[in-house]
Amino acid sequence: MKKANKARPLLLAITGVVLFLALWEALPRFGLVKPMLLPPPSDIPATFWREVQSGAWLSAVQESLKHYVTGLVLGSFLGVALGVLTGMSRTLEDMTNWVVRLLRPIPGLAWVPFAIIWFGVSPAAANFIIIIGVFWINYFAALGAVQAVDRDLIELANAFGHRSPVARLFKVVLPASIQPIMSGLRTGLGQAWMAVVAAELFGVSGLGQRMMQASSLLATDIVVVYMITMAVLYGIVDTSFVLVRDRLLAWKA
Amino acid sequence: MITISDLTLSFDSDRGRTIVLKDFHLDIADGEFVSIVGASGVGKSTLLRVVAGLVKPTSGTVERDNPEQPGRRPYAMVFQDARLLPWRRVVKNVEFGLEGLGLTAEEKRRRATGALALVGLAEKADRWPHQLSGGQRQRVAIARALAVDPDLLMMDEPFGALDAITRQSLQDELVDLWQRTGKTILFVTHDIEEAVYLADRVVLLAGSPAGVRSADRITTPRPRRRDDEAARDAAAQIRDRLHEYVEQGEGI
Repeated sequence: MKKANKARPLLLAITGVVLFLALWEALPRFGLVKPMLLPPPSDIPATFWREVQSGAWLSAVQESLKHYVTGLVLGSFLGVALGVLTGMSRTLEDMTNWVVRLLRPIPGLAWVPFAIIWFGVSPAAANFIIIIGVFWINYFAALGAVQAVDRDLIELANAFGHRSPVARLFKVVLPASIQPIMSGLRTGLGQAWMAVVAAELFGVSGLGQRMMQASSLLATDIVVVYMITMAVLYGIVDTSFVLVRDRLLAWKA
Repeated sequence: MITISDLTLSFDSDRGRTIVLKDFHLDIADGEFVSIVGASGVGKSTLLRVVAGLVKPTSGTVERDNPEQPGRRPYAMVFQDARLLPWRRVVKNVEFGLEGLGLTAEEKRRRATGALALVGLAEKADRWPHQLSGGQRQRVAIARALAVDPDLLMMDEPFGALDAITRQSLQDELVDLWQRTGKTILFVTHDIEEAVYLADRVVLLAGSPAGVRSADRITTPRPRRRDDEAARDAAAQIRDRLHEYVEQGEGI
């Protein structure tokens, strides 16, 4: 009985995936949808292999990863750093209050015109858009986390001689807010992929650009290859992140 | 010797100025165990925070005649909640106050381990705080305070959140620790029996603004018994006095 219960969720998950693929395969195969509009999944491996052999796949992945990592690292760092700083300083919070309210609602994509004017169609433009996409998530996660740190722990730090802002930051504030900051970082991992594609759709080379080219030729199978590529890359990044996070939060038990 | 003189603390709010403490004076001899009792909300915890330098007094001073010494901190606190840092293992929690004193890693570890041994938790050094019982957590908090080798150990209702059995055994452990280390202790509690059982002197804090209403020397020889008659009389007297202040509308 117990064993059956354990196997059940896995079995159901596999059934779900198989049904999903079968439905997807059936729609174009039985002529319900034109294969050009929805390529059947069985076509995808061959298309993938062609993309790899031509070298397009590897160079697109490399380009996109470069944008992704640069933008993600810079955007996350700036967001967390400024969020933590603002959370620790009442003056800074009051000072930035209205600026933040003004800039915050502007979606990352609205910056595309400026990105192109300032940086041209270049990797720097892509980085810029990704940085903005990731920045606010991390800024607000860090700000909220720092402001929610238990006042009693700050008092404890004071009572045991850790009274300078730097000591307070490293002894109490950062460790106490690491969990919500990590959640912000993780949300950013997904958000950054969206920004990558968005930025590259405007012509900066990478996955997004390759998808745009393919779709203009109605090569939908190629589009699907890159969609799956992105999903897998995201999956790898997210899984690695969770592994690192769980190590850092080992004390949570 | 620690001298608290003319301590006054007031704060301003929308409803005007509130004076919490007024002209509080107390001399504590080296190695003395002093308890402060009073109704809840009278300002006992505030008093400790002022002495510890966590709250700046409006006027008055706290002075020690011991010189500043390297590798030590003059004051240490034990709070009602153990207030351990959940992301640090037990021994690292005990090292918390030792950081920033210019000690080597070995020196810190040696002193933290020593303090843990004093409270009987040496074998729990590598545990996480959440793996300990409430009583064990409070003992770690005491070890953390002892590790910095303070001139004055301040305790803010440290056993108030524990069950009766744990509380009694920690009271006995504390007396034992105090006798072995010779520390000066300022112990805040609302439990008069506890104060009388532990302390050399019991200071009654009452009124609004609060001040010292009485200070009774408890002369019962140690080791003490909980059912000691003289102690029971002393506790009853203090309680009567406290009730008088409360009835006069002063204490609450």
